[in-house]
Amino acid sequence: MKQIEPIATGATKVTSKQMEFVTVTVAGQLLGLPISRVHDVFVVSEMTTVPLAPGEIAGLLNLRGRVVTAVSLRRRLGLGDSTSVERRMAVGLENHGEAYGLLVDEVGEVLKLDPDEMQPNPVHMDRGWVGLSQGVHQLHDKLLIVLDVDAVLAFETEREAA
Amino acid sequence: MDDLLLEFLTETNEHLETVDVEMVRFEQDPNNEAILSNIFRLVHTIKGTCGFLGLPRLEALAHAAETLMGKFRDGMPVTTPAVSLILATLDRIKEILGELERQGAEPEGSDGDLIEMLDKMASQEAPAPEPFVPAPSPQSSGQLVYQVLERELKPGEVSLDELERAFQEAPGPEKASTSGTLTYQVLERPLKPGEVSLDELERAFREAPGPAPLVIDKPAASAPKAEAAAPQRPAQASKKNSDASDAGEGAEGIAGKVQTIRVNVDTLEHLMTMVSELVLTRNQLLEIARRSSDDHGYKVPLQRLSQVTAELQDGVMKTRMQPIGNAWQKLPRVVRDLSNELSKKIELVMQGADTELDRQVLEVIKDPLTHMVRNSADHGIESPADRKAAGKPEKGTIRLNAYHEGGSITIEISDDGKGLNFAAIRKKAVERGIAGDSEVERMSDAQVAKFIFHPGFSTAAKVTSVSGRGVGMDVVKTNIELIGGTVDIRSEQGRGTTFTIKIPLTLAIVAALIVASKDQRFAIPQVAVSELVRVSPSSEHSIERINGTPILRLRDRLLPIVPLSKVMGLSGNEDVNNGFVVVTQVAHQRFGILVDGVFHTEEIVVKPMSSKLRHIQLFSGNTILGDGAVVLIIDPNGLARMVGSGADSNEFQSDAGLEQTIAAADELTSLLVFRGGGESLKAVPLSLVTRLEEIDASTIEWSSGRPVVQYRGRLMPLVSCDDELAIKRQGMQSLLVFSDGEVSMGLAVAEIVDIVEDKLDVELLAERSDLVGSAVVRGRTTEIVNIAHYLPMVLETWARKDRRGGPDKSLLLVDSSTFFRDMLVPVLKASGYRVQTAATAQEAVRLLSNGLQVDVIVTDLELSGHSGFALVASLRADPHHSSTPVIGMTVKPDAQQIALARKLRISEIVSKIDRRGLLSALAELNASLEEAA
Repeated sequence: MKQIEPIATGATKVTSKQMEFVTVTVAGQLLGLPISRVHDVFVVSEMTTVPLAPGEIAGLLNLRGRVVTAVSLRRRLGLGDSTSVERRMAVGLENHGEAYGLLVDEVGEVLKLDPDEMQPNPVHMDRGWVGLSQGVHQLHDKLLIVLDVDAVLAFETEREAA
Repeated sequence: MDDLLLEFLTETNEHLETVDVEMVRFEQDPNNEAILSNIFRLVHTIKGTCGFLGLPRLEALAHAAETLMGKFRDGMPVTTPAVSLILATLDRIKEILGELERQGAEPEGSDGDLIEMLDKMASQEAPAPEPFVPAPSPQSSGQLVYQVLERELKPGEVSLDELERAFQEAPGPEKASTSGTLTYQVLERPLKPGEVSLDELERAFREAPGPAPLVIDKPAASAPKAEAAAPQRPAQASKKNSDASDAGEGAEGIAGKVQTIRVNVDTLEHLMTMVSELVLTRNQLLEIARRSSDDHGYKVPLQRLSQVTAELQDGVMKTRMQPIGNAWQKLPRVVRDLSNELSKKIELVMQGADTELDRQVLEVIKDPLTHMVRNSADHGIESPADRKAAGKPEKGTIRLNAYHEGGSITIEISDDGKGLNFAAIRKKAVERGIAGDSEVERMSDAQVAKFIFHPGFSTAAKVTSVSGRGVGMDVVKTNIELIGGTVDIRSEQGRGTTFTIKIPLTLAIVAALIVASKDQRFAIPQVAVSELVRVSPSSEHSIERINGTPILRLRDRLLPIVPLSKVMGLSGNEDVNNGFVVVTQVAHQRFGILVDGVFHTEEIVVKPMSSKLRHIQLFSGNTILGDGAVVLIIDPNGLARMVGSGADSNEFQSDAGLEQTIAAADELTSLLVFRGGGESLKAVPLSLVTRLEEIDASTIEWSSGRPVVQYRGRLMPLVSCDDELAIKRQGMQSLLVFSDGEVSMGLAVAEIVDIVEDKLDVELLAERSDLVGSAVVRGRTTEIVNIAHYLPMVLETWARKDRRGGPDKSLLLVDSSTFFRDMLVPVLKASGYRVQTAATAQEAVRLLSNGLQVDVIVTDLELSGHSGFALVASLRADPHHSSTPVIGMTVKPDAQQIALARKLRISEIVSKIDRRGLLSALAELNASLEEAA
């Protein structure tokens, strides 16, 4: 994984309160996943699409002998599929004993952020996004949305209710 | 919990299972001493171990049960209440054992109730109590129970009760632990002078301190105790007694032991997982070896590895195998209890109990099996009186049969009871809104039977404590399908019902066929695949289409084809004609899955579907193939469901329609069987034939080369039923007369064979217009003649001369059966109507909304998929057609239909086979229309 220059101003100072986030990019938007939830980051090679599956599910992956369900973060956020198909990155997550791979455009570095500095979602943020976001961190040149991993992986229940 | 206790629990549970079964056998065969002694021995062992481990409640119960059984051994008649009581005691013991397993200690509680009853039962047959038995003294504890000595006391002996009280009252350090739970055993022979009673001995043993691994070592310790209570008995006698009894117990423990060890199930499961992984890795290696051509010397060891892996897999699988009898063990008891509760006589016959299957599978089917047997006993088997009235033996039989068949196990549960009440199920299905009125009428009994698997479906008139609450069969089905199995019902009214369960041997590793559809690979479990057929448009096997629905003719049977790409939504609507058809058999449903390519079979390790994808019923799981790719495992059951439930998915509606047409044909049809020029038998529905005639061939006149005959004052054209048959010039000629109003036609046949009533299951033939198709009638292939083919042949010429000015009206005929459409169209045309046809209500609506103007609509009221009534209702809502006259056709009109028809202003309801009625209804309609005009 390539190293990205630290962007956050407060990231250099280490306090006990700080939480670590794995940053990912989807359609130019910076998002953070709590590092405690991230198992690994891997390059997606071959993926088996599942016919009749919910749109959010991109397919199934073989990750070292384990079948992993690939969830497209783009589709989860209501965005169109990426046009470039060079190398797809995925963040390995675990939820209720099942392995998931969250497909993202790019994986960035790990940031240390102070939870106290997190700000609530802007009121006019897209409804679909609000449900998946825990809040927003202001970095010096960008905004980072803190993803709620459980919410990101909780689409099936929504679907059934609908 | 210590190992000793664990060992005890497992062993005792096993013993109890056996006792349960044996007890039921014993009840049926009370004179079989071998069974009794076996039971006695087992219970005794349980009692002994309990005492040894310090489990007073269990011991007391076992002891009381043993006492009663001892009585049986002494010749006390074996009664049902007695056996029930013992079984109830065993249940209590099981309960306590369950608690013991959970908490590691015997639960609090008293079993005084059971023990008292057991003792009462045991004493019933004994002689009257001795007159000089003293009344229980007030200071003795409430738990005291009395025992009766079976002979008169000899002078100097003390009654057992006295002895008992003496024990209870005697001071001693262990008093607290022993009082209240102490129970007694009856000596099976009179005590000899100087002997100590078994109870004393027992008690002495229990109270003796120390680890006491062998009771036999402790006689000395028991002696002083016994002496203290009953000083008149010399102590040394106890030694002889205990020697004898222990020798007996010790011998049986060693005898008949197989070389086995107990292994924790988790250990086995782990082993299985590891082997599964090993298989996967092996597959990967083999794949690499397949792809690379150069041998680096590893191919031979790889072969060996592959072989060893296979053997290891087999071995591990074997450790998981258990005889299905383990799942049946509870059943004799269940059936016995039920037959008592329901006052029925039921015999349970079990065959193939040693058929082995995977432990995991066994666990899953245990409860469904029990449930189904309960159902059979409760709903299937009739009461003895009913059975007698039906001319059956009073005793009903439930038969369990298990056997291996290919890669799966078949379990049959059959009873010789009253069978399913199809009428009630139909009614219930309509009541519950699962199916429409007309729909259920069309369904075959086999389809109707499937309704009992719907959640909450019960036709039981009253809910019994056993079943009839409408929970269960759906759970049974779900459970069985969960492990890739299928359930099937066959039932015959008054003869009984058979459930057939087919389940895979194991769940973890299955052989699967790898297929491809649109560049994606899928695995189909080999169990479901019966054959593979290559199809291409030019070859012998080509896919044909009925209204766009693909069909394959395979050995003269029509096989519905499901293009995999279409089900998966991988392709658009283009028709695929090349590829392979995987002929799949699920229960009685047979269909072909059309795929683009077939690779090989592979042993795959089934991995469960992600919870996010589990709702897709098409897939049962996924796996990683040798080349590392993830493929989805197709669930043939799910696919069958998708194919079968036309209402749920539009794609298969036409399939469902086809199925229902066939189902409708299941009804009996009277057929007139005759012979034409050839050898083959031909038949026409009798309802179409007006009359059978035999005429003198010399009366046949030839008018411009066409044969005619004077018939009832008119000229009737004749036509030969096939080209090979020439109309006779002399002798007698057999004719089938078909009449349309006043126009008649004579079909010349060589010979009228028979009139039979049979299920008309026509296999349609497209190439021959003179035949509707062929059907098996009375076991012989018979061509079903298409009358529609002949009518124009004669009527064209005839009509020119004789046709009275027909009504010249347009008519829309809606009927889902091709057979009936073909039959009716020419008839209607001959009557002067311009006929348009529609196979479905949807098609009819489409035609009409596209601006088709018709004067009259004739519709079948029982259209597939969509009721004819619904069609009429939608027409009535449309201003263009709100007053178009409609004639409804139905198989058998009933009051409900007539009422509904009146409401929808349907002019007339005629029977579907009453062609004459239809024509007269049309004529009447015309008359009234003309009047109105």
